[in-house]
Amino acid sequence: MLIFEHSRPGREAPGHSPRELADVSDIPAGLLREDVPGLPEVSELQAVRHYTRLSQKNFSIDTQFYPLGSCTMKYNPRACNTYAMLPGFLARHPLAPASNGQGFLACMYELQEMLKDVTGMKAVSLTPAAGAQGEFTGVAMIRAYHDARGDSERSEILVPDAAHGTNPATATMCGYKVREIPTLKDGDVDLEALKQAVGPQTAGIMLTNPSTLGVFERRIQEIARIVHEAGGLLYYDGANLNAILGKVRPGVMGFDVIHMNLHKTFSTPHGGGGPGAGPVGVSERLEPFLPVPMVGHDGERYHWITEKDRPQSIGRLSAFMGNAGVLLRAYIYARLLGREGMHRVADFATLNANYLMVKLREAGFDLAFPGRRATHEFIVTLKRQKKELDVTAMDFAKRLLDYGYHAPTTYFPLLVPECLLIEPTETEAREELDGFVEAMVKIQEEAETNAEVLKEAPHTQPVRRLDDVRAARELDLAWMEN
Amino acid sequence: MPFIPHTEDDIRAMLEAIGADSIEALFDEIPADLRIKHLDGVPETMSEPELARLMLERAEQDGRPLNFIGAGAYEHHIPAAVWEITTRGEFYSAYTPYQAEASQGTLQVIYEYQTMMTRLMAMDASNASLYDGASALAEAVLMAVRANRKSKSRKVLMPVAVHPAYRATTRTIVDNQDINLVEVPYDPAGGHTPVEALKQYEGEDITALVISQPNFFGILEDVDALTDWAHANGALVIAVANPMAAALLTPPGRWGEQGADIACGEGQPLGVPLSSGGPYYGYMCCRKEHVRQMQGRIVGRTVDRDGRTGYTLTLQAREQHIRRSKATSNICTNQGLLVTASTIFMAIVGGAGLQRIAAASHANTRALVERFRDNPAIGPVFDRPCFHECVLKVGAPLNTVLPALAGDNLIAGYDLGQDYPELEDCLLVCATETKTEQDLDHYVEAMNRVVGDATAGRTAKPKMA
Repeated sequence: MLIFEHSRPGREAPGHSPRELADVSDIPAGLLREDVPGLPEVSELQAVRHYTRLSQKNFSIDTQFYPLGSCTMKYNPRACNTYAMLPGFLARHPLAPASNGQGFLACMYELQEMLKDVTGMKAVSLTPAAGAQGEFTGVAMIRAYHDARGDSERSEILVPDAAHGTNPATATMCGYKVREIPTLKDGDVDLEALKQAVGPQTAGIMLTNPSTLGVFERRIQEIARIVHEAGGLLYYDGANLNAILGKVRPGVMGFDVIHMNLHKTFSTPHGGGGPGAGPVGVSERLEPFLPVPMVGHDGERYHWITEKDRPQSIGRLSAFMGNAGVLLRAYIYARLLGREGMHRVADFATLNANYLMVKLREAGFDLAFPGRRATHEFIVTLKRQKKELDVTAMDFAKRLLDYGYHAPTTYFPLLVPECLLIEPTETEAREELDGFVEAMVKIQEEAETNAEVLKEAPHTQPVRRLDDVRAARELDLAWMEN
Repeated sequence: MPFIPHTEDDIRAMLEAIGADSIEALFDEIPADLRIKHLDGVPETMSEPELARLMLERAEQDGRPLNFIGAGAYEHHIPAAVWEITTRGEFYSAYTPYQAEASQGTLQVIYEYQTMMTRLMAMDASNASLYDGASALAEAVLMAVRANRKSKSRKVLMPVAVHPAYRATTRTIVDNQDINLVEVPYDPAGGHTPVEALKQYEGEDITALVISQPNFFGILEDVDALTDWAHANGALVIAVANPMAAALLTPPGRWGEQGADIACGEGQPLGVPLSSGGPYYGYMCCRKEHVRQMQGRIVGRTVDRDGRTGYTLTLQAREQHIRRSKATSNICTNQGLLVTASTIFMAIVGGAGLQRIAAASHANTRALVERFRDNPAIGPVFDRPCFHECVLKVGAPLNTVLPALAGDNLIAGYDLGQDYPELEDCLLVCATETKTEQDLDHYVEAMNRVVGDATAGRTAKPKMA
């Protein structure tokens, strides 16, 4: 039932708006709205109950194991929310002077400093609002760098064929052509193909390391050398930073620019699809191009760094400072982890992933890269099950929901057929991982004996499989009374 | 160890299962010379009580000044229930609803949100939101270039009276896509964008015209005339509308003869706290015929195998994970949690409630301005009608006046001289419904005193907090 269906004319939740409509006769009548916008008319309790009930129709980290590969669904500590939502932080207007924001700015400045250290970058701007905007920022800076040097003939961005879809989409948004680099059977980038592909047209390469295939790119230093010698720059997609947090700095691997997904690595909430935060870090040569605003410190007071201080900046990405409240949550998380905890993120993310991988292999599942270590994630391929039993990765995914587990990422990366990309994260206990393996084994048994139960799954959710074709053909994007 | 549940026994048993001697051995594929030895830039671990103390101090350090800035972020009352429900773990810690069957909560919220926004804006369709108002305008410009198939010029008319940070953001985002943003001046007396300023473009190929209602100065644009001009000249209309204003003013879908083609803007006034500028969300609505050109996530209603109603992400063929380099945008999230808050906010406040909040905010700002009637040094710059925000000429240098008032715990407005040199010592002021008569009196008393001091040659020294 929709909130609109609870609506009754004349009902309201008093006390949240003024009782009377103030006089607005100074506004010309022709500019005024003639009707009342058709929003629900409900009591406060009706609204609270309706949305509480809707929340209960969601899977979430707080309620279920959520091994969604490449998404780092780790525990979102409650302290991060509570202390980012203190009234002093919530009430601060973005354009209030820095003198009335020293507490907030101190948090932002210290976050910049911590991110510089863990990534090995010279400077950090916190302003990109999400991973995709961080990617855009990174590639726009690469472009600004080449342009500033008068090196404007560079027209191509290299992207491994295993890359996330945002990489090629971003390169296009920045006016570049995309050239794909193939991947070898063992999951590493094909260096010979890379050597063939680079040249004076190369603006840069976008890489994730560990890659989207769940393996560490072992010859990263070689890749950096090839691209740099061709005059290109290296862009690090921070999607998988959790795998190396406190272990390896992207700056040391040779990357010139990096974006981080704080909603993954720094445990800020995913919120049902945002807000994220995608800060960027850069090496010295890209520093002048960082997006504004940033936060500076003169030894005594914190201040904003704006276009006036950075005339070569690529500019602004949002009206104010990106998702400031998300950045506060990431700051709190980083302080709660501290140095010691930061080192341990990658340790235990990797331990959990390797344990789960081995257990699933022992249970008879096929790994996409059996000869490799898992990083913080790994890929199971159900190609054999598809062929022999006519059940798909989608069927397994939907059946897992019935067992109370959120499905792993399915059908990504595109290179591996019938794949499940599995990322347990460091915050899950061993028995949770064992429970997941048990569920997978039971589903495999069902696939062999009664495949229909998979094909018809899920059976226990508020709805069964939805008609996506109808959704796209008979568009119903907003409710209308009949 | 913070947030890590492993006991010594767990670690031992897990390593044994893997067949590794140590956790360290699991990193044997990473070249040794790449490994981090020290993390000196990260401080020691804090316990939650230590952290709590630090954050309480920092939040209190900034005081709770009385705020009279709007300029794109507006302080409105938010019912307590809004964020109580929004931060329930089931909303807060869920991912993008790819597994639709296990995400019906989030998906239905978005569908309800889309419905509410189409009604508020009188438009056909809404997406599930974008990052913020400024980036939504940038995306709207890109969308208009795709949607206006008759236009080849990629030329978009951008009034100078549109929020300066929105214009800056749009420049950043469309800069590498060969789009020409042409500035349209405002009328120095009225503060509006006169249709006459567009006359020089008649007969040219124009892709789109941006119209902000109200504009950055709070001034009401003649939206009907501007919209009709654009359509008569083959241009699409991109409306940038404050959603709170849209409850009271003619909504974008009813501008002129045909209505705006795309509406976008900042969703923050609908239940999102100021929070130093984010997270907010950008809304985007459009006419039916352009829906396949719209960026961002979109939720549709459909049925499951048993014919039950359900909700799912739809029109995904536009998006990066399918189309890769040919996608409409690289965006792969919305601002889900903020949309959840806004949806609950709109449900609780209702359409009539929104109108009363908008009207009270407008009346408060008007009352504030009227209180300066007897002070010849302070008064409105523009003579056209405004909505809930006003440009005041302050007869004294703002770089001394504003710090003096800030020292008095009063954030008196936004200094327009930063973005508009011709508006030196002009203040953009907004008094929403959250301000009382006493607040307005306090503002006027403090401003008169500080400006009086400054014009009398007495140096206005900021009081130290």
